[in-house]
Amino acid sequence: MSQAEDIETVDEDGVIESVSGPVVTAADLDARMNDVVYVGDEGLMGEVIEIEGNLTTIQVYEETSGVGPGEPVENTGEPLSVDLGPGMLNAIYDGVQRPLDVLEEKMGTAFLDRGVDAPGIDFEKEWEFEPTVDEGDAVEPGDVIGEVPETASITHKVMVPPDSDGGEVTSIEAGEFTVDEPVAELDSGEEITMHQEWPVREARPAEEKETPTIPLVSGQRILDGLFPIAKGGTAAIPGPFGSGKTVTQHQLAKWADADIVVYVGCGERGNEMTEVIEDFPELEDPKTGKPLMSRTCLIANTSNMPVAARESCIYTGITIAEYFRDMGYDVALMADSTSRWAEAMREISSRLEEMPGEEGYPAYLAASLSEFYERAGLFQNINGTQGSVSVIGAVSPPGGDFSEPVTQNTLRIVKTFWALDADLAERRHFPSINWNESYSLYRQQLDPWFRENVEEDWPEVRQWAVDVLDEEDELQEIVQLVGKDALPEDQQLTLEVARYLREAWLQQNAFHDVDTYCDPKKTYRMLQAIKTLNDEAFEALDAGVPVDEIANVDAAPRLNRMGTAEEWNEFIDELESDLEEQIRSLY
Amino acid sequence: MKEYQTITEVSGPLVFAEVDEPVGYDEIVEIETPEGETLRGQVLESSEGIVSIQVFEGTGGIDRNASVRFLGETMKMPVTEDLLGRVLDGSGNPIDGGPEIVPDERVDIVGEAINPYSREYPEEFIQTGVSAIDGMNTLVRGQKLPIFSGSGLPHNELALQIARQATVPEEEEGDDEDGSEFAVIFGAMGITQEEANEFMQDFERTGALERSVVFMNLADDPAVERTVTPRLALTTAEYLAFEKDYHVLVILTDITNYCEALREIGAAREEVPGRRGYPGYMYTDLAQLYERAGRIEGREGSVTQIPILTMPGDDDTHPIPDLTGYITEGQIVMDRDLNSQGIEPPINVLPSLSRLMDDGIGEGLTRADHGDVSDQMYAAYAEGEDLRDLVNIVGREALSERDNKFLDFADRFEEEFAQQGYDTNRTIEDTLEIGWDLLSMLPKEELNRIGEDLIEEHYREEEPEAAEVSAD
Repeated sequence: MSQAEDIETVDEDGVIESVSGPVVTAADLDARMNDVVYVGDEGLMGEVIEIEGNLTTIQVYEETSGVGPGEPVENTGEPLSVDLGPGMLNAIYDGVQRPLDVLEEKMGTAFLDRGVDAPGIDFEKEWEFEPTVDEGDAVEPGDVIGEVPETASITHKVMVPPDSDGGEVTSIEAGEFTVDEPVAELDSGEEITMHQEWPVREARPAEEKETPTIPLVSGQRILDGLFPIAKGGTAAIPGPFGSGKTVTQHQLAKWADADIVVYVGCGERGNEMTEVIEDFPELEDPKTGKPLMSRTCLIANTSNMPVAARESCIYTGITIAEYFRDMGYDVALMADSTSRWAEAMREISSRLEEMPGEEGYPAYLAASLSEFYERAGLFQNINGTQGSVSVIGAVSPPGGDFSEPVTQNTLRIVKTFWALDADLAERRHFPSINWNESYSLYRQQLDPWFRENVEEDWPEVRQWAVDVLDEEDELQEIVQLVGKDALPEDQQLTLEVARYLREAWLQQNAFHDVDTYCDPKKTYRMLQAIKTLNDEAFEALDAGVPVDEIANVDAAPRLNRMGTAEEWNEFIDELESDLEEQIRSLY
Repeated sequence: MKEYQTITEVSGPLVFAEVDEPVGYDEIVEIETPEGETLRGQVLESSEGIVSIQVFEGTGGIDRNASVRFLGETMKMPVTEDLLGRVLDGSGNPIDGGPEIVPDERVDIVGEAINPYSREYPEEFIQTGVSAIDGMNTLVRGQKLPIFSGSGLPHNELALQIARQATVPEEEEGDDEDGSEFAVIFGAMGITQEEANEFMQDFERTGALERSVVFMNLADDPAVERTVTPRLALTTAEYLAFEKDYHVLVILTDITNYCEALREIGAAREEVPGRRGYPGYMYTDLAQLYERAGRIEGREGSVTQIPILTMPGDDDTHPIPDLTGYITEGQIVMDRDLNSQGIEPPINVLPSLSRLMDDGIGEGLTRADHGDVSDQMYAAYAEGEDLRDLVNIVGREALSERDNKFLDFADRFEEEFAQQGYDTNRTIEDTLEIGWDLLSMLPKEELNRIGEDLIEEHYREEEPEAAEVSAD
């Protein structure tokens, strides 16, 4: 069958040989690995994942009920790609970049039908193009040649595609264009449009990866204060169900100070995605005051949508993120949850009857995870700009057991680890990030920024908080055995201070209008206020005041209201002076 | 329709047959045994020349000469409003002796995913009349909120109580409710005849049967049929909700039996097993059931799901509760200790959770203080629980006055708030008032989760003294 002359004559189209769930085998298909194919009479979208002899194995991105052997398979000859261009912000896509609003319209029903295709960006819409280079200028791949005001907060930069040869611009002009109309022409004869295509499984090229030194400020006290992530950094949020992964991801998507947010809902709940779709347009970016949705791209492949599209949605997301990075933007990508992605790989792998690795996951799990996280970073782009992609991946370990393969393989790669804790969640301590288990390896490289932009002694004050919390952890073990009152007075006082650290500082109410976002300066001042209590209290203790009296000063419980205080500077000023006054009056 | 007598292998619930024409994946198959019995099945894998078929009713009686007919369509559920009040078996055939069902439509039971863009976010409070749910883990329309239970715990009583009492409080005054009615779909998978009787008697006693559709797959019915039953139930639910504007409450029991059936089929197919022998695609499979809850923009009705599952060994890290918890919007957890203390219903609020609660409560929906009260009670009860461990070691006397108050709070929380009996229907006001009765045992300064103005409004100034005296 595989003689050379046969291949010449073989039609590109193949025939289905067998169907098992999302995995379809076709015979006589002339396709390369990762080519996109249309399967069956309905033309369901699929991707080639294995070639063996005359048989080609395809993972299908849609439900395969009713598809049978003998139906045709058509090859597009293209790898799975995304359409890049203006129109991706404010959009909501499924795992293969089909806009869900367009699908609703085309299918005419609220349910996802099969065999309907829709391009990732609107090919009809006209955008206002403003050139930034002149005729006669020489441009190279990646160079920005013009701008399009895409949304209220983001200017879309039109770039020479990375796979172009570049050359001299022979014509370019301002005006209204659709994404497929040429906006410029090069001396090589190449026409440049606002539309690029890029295969999702391939990283977009960049000049160099650099060491990140600026934090991605999240407005979440425990993250900014104790475990910061850098712009261009990677973080994992593992936690059992109900521990607040999704709320944390939503908070980051809302308040992180990135220019662009790509939110990938991978195998999660439909209602959660709806919440994002309904909430985000109403929320304001704390920096620009513009609607959050105008900087956001959503990818929603819920748990009941086809499993193969769940496998690809992560790649779709990161490719879109890279495209915006190329424009010089700081992009944050949230993937919720990478475990569902790994499970999709496992499901496909087991249908292929591959030899399983740990817990049935494919042996290439670690490689796929690191490949994905390596696409994050602070980059020197090929056009000379600097842009970053920060990746924050939620992990859903079965039974909350962090020793499982996805968590472990993720931890080997990421540099920030926010461990969610079911115990904390049960007592409604949110965000339920465990401060003893979590870590950030970016702390040191970010310290200069915090010193300069927040307060000179930020790292020292933070270290003080970490020490108190550590000490509390040790003391709690003793308290569990003998009770609090059996401890010496200074240790009782430490416990009291630690309690305020936990309740007033680490806890943050995501659903409170004010508390939901905390400026780093406020984070610092709140911490400093608790330190004031600490310092004053220990002095009083040295002067012989009993610990109960110190702990019961009127002002202390007001520490708990700092987070929700709108005029926080005044509130904390007053609180600190009251604390001082009241504690000093005790001796 | 072609008939074959080409069975080559029968293994567990699976039959392999040779075919000379292509057969579609998931297609329905009828197998006629030499005794003249007709069994139904579904195509699990279709290859050129050979198909594997999963037989719903068990493969007993099938031999090499049995004839196989491919019906050329995937499994359909005949739906009509007349299904209300009917009792069907696990494959959707009437078993109540009533008239034959004349369907309006025949709908594919493998539901299509709801486009997340077309969904409407659930935020309508459902009052179940159970304090531990309404107050602490509020259920809203379109939510999927499972009950995590264990063998021997009264999850059925709780499910029945919810089915009986569930209302939307504003409905009585509201004028938008003219078209929407309430319906219950009950899907039983592998429950015992006794349990089934319990449900049926309650439905009949309260007249609920009229607005219910019951699907019964009993413990001695074929296991494979269990993989179809919930899909029939949910297809019916979607039809009633999105075509006929009903607010549908779907109770599925017991998901554990459903998963056992999945495992059985997986094993028969010699698939690579995942955790504890359950198939690797169980997450996807369960998601295809649970995600069929929700609301759709522009449609009146809604599908709310209460799946019940018994955790093997009361272990919530077992794959079944674990995967369920990752898909559903929270869980209600039944507790063996509370049950033996005689708390009815024995709901342990600490591991319980309703993810959609925050948007379904508060001013205009329930009451302005609801969120804060619930948070504070959680924190206080958790603290009291912690102290109980300590009391066992050092005794009550060694604890401070403050700690003793938290201990008392935890006790009264269980005895007065969680405890209510299966026939008591509490309004949300009742529930929150009991909450304030309990919170007022604690000093005001300890109520750090509640806004100051709300404390002013609701805190009982007198009562703490009285409570303290009696506690001493």
